[in-house]
Amino acid sequence: MRALAGIFMGLIGLVLAAPLAVVAGISLNQRKMMLFPPQGLSFQWYGELFRDEGWRNAMLNSLSLALCAALFATSIALPIAYAVWRWNSRFARALHAMGSTPFILPPVITALGFLVFWTMSGFYGSFGAVVISHGIFLVTLPLITVSLGFAGIDPAYTEAAATLGADDRTVFRTVVLPMVLPYVVSGFVFAFVISLNEYIISYMVAGFTVETLPIKVFNSIRYGYTPVMAAVSVVFILVALVAFGLVGRFGDLPRLLGAWAPKD
Amino acid sequence: MRAYGRSTLVLAYPALVLGMFLLVPFGIMAALSVFRRVPAGTFEPAMVPDNYLNLLTPFFLDRIGFTLGLSAAVAVVCVALGFPFTYLLTRLPRRRQVPWLVFLLAVLALSEVIVGFAWSVLLSRTAGLSNLLVWLGLLSQPESWAPGLTAMMLGLCYLAFPYTVLVLYPSLSRLDPSYLEAARTLGASPLRGFFGVIVPVSRPAILATLVMVFVFALGAYVLPQLLGRPQHWTLAVHITDQALSRSNVPAAAAMSITLLLASLALVLVTAALGNRRKEQP
Repeated sequence: MRALAGIFMGLIGLVLAAPLAVVAGISLNQRKMMLFPPQGLSFQWYGELFRDEGWRNAMLNSLSLALCAALFATSIALPIAYAVWRWNSRFARALHAMGSTPFILPPVITALGFLVFWTMSGFYGSFGAVVISHGIFLVTLPLITVSLGFAGIDPAYTEAAATLGADDRTVFRTVVLPMVLPYVVSGFVFAFVISLNEYIISYMVAGFTVETLPIKVFNSIRYGYTPVMAAVSVVFILVALVAFGLVGRFGDLPRLLGAWAPKD
Repeated sequence: MRAYGRSTLVLAYPALVLGMFLLVPFGIMAALSVFRRVPAGTFEPAMVPDNYLNLLTPFFLDRIGFTLGLSAAVAVVCVALGFPFTYLLTRLPRRRQVPWLVFLLAVLALSEVIVGFAWSVLLSRTAGLSNLLVWLGLLSQPESWAPGLTAMMLGLCYLAFPYTVLVLYPSLSRLDPSYLEAARTLGASPLRGFFGVIVPVSRPAILATLVMVFVFALGAYVLPQLLGRPQHWTLAVHITDQALSRSNVPAAAAMSITLLLASLALVLVTAALGNRRKEQP
């Protein structure tokens, strides 16, 4: 029975890994061909990613977008999660629900909302518009992780600080913030990785002016195959693996994803 | 009173930002959905139901039906595979769950563009799976298996599977292990215990996950274009098509609002059912 369970999980893992492995394979072809197993072995398509101006720009666009958007999303989520934990007011809970909505809905809805909003306000196609759109769309992720962080704080710590005469602000700075910081960082990482990979919102807000990597890959597919696309895909897989790997290494991933903490 | 003031102060910035960049865009979209389209590709303020009525034409009804059916199929396949997988995953020691979770998150985060590209390679003639079958002697010549409905289903299930696992993960990892132990002590085989005990006690979680994955699949936008043919385009593709290629923003807005209300209703009803169960166990 144990073995059967292992085989089942292994098979699923294999199917999940198969397309990624094939893409990694074809990225190593020596010539500009889509062959698997690869013929010859070359890392030149990874170099092309940095040498070619179009790909380099797309990479820089994606990186700066993901950084700004993740910062923006985290900056909105932290005060909401704090207010829900500290006062649990109806207003705070309403904002919490609002922040969680766009991420659950099909993204095309939010994307169209942003398209009409930025067209009317005259910022359609600008970098700032994409940052704000992504930030709002991704608020959910830091909201979830940071709320978990607050929920895990033992009230004894904050009570002790208050008894010793610390006001709210001091308690927040010296006790609360250090304890939720790992959750803030995880939320930031989640938002960063998803923003890096997001296609439809960036496309509808600034698809023709701010070319991100997913947009450039999609455009390239229409014009035919180049192994650079495979190389980009491998870079994306590695970035996601490293980012979540770090969260898993330094944080409690099972708890972040909703399992009880071992002490519960 | 002072606490009230401080909470307002803390929430001023998020409230302002969410109001401005979330409520206002959705409000504008709702307004546009009842505007009248004028032939020049723009629109004028009005209060007409035309854009919604247009959705009742055979073409859009067919598209809506196709999208709903496709998403339902994806949800069923993903939950059928994802439930036993997640159950087994949560029975592993925590330390061994972490690499799986990292891998699942990484696949989940992957851009739809990259998933679509990867599957089109895996199903292609030159680099695809059919080469493996040729090598094994099961096929005489490598074939191309994409684009097509099967390719699109595979891609969508691949996209939605990690999501399914992560939605099921909280409830299954909190499942009391004594359920299965009791079944085992009473002499049930592990398989019988799984289907006779674990599946029935998890019915609310399974239903909720079906709805969440269904809504998730409704959002697929790139895969139908990369792995499907035009007759496989989903509602999400048509919304963008109306807005960008046909400059019919009111029509796109009406489709979008319809999709919004349907998804929101589904999610809220599921959440309410879940809460009611929690209150009266």
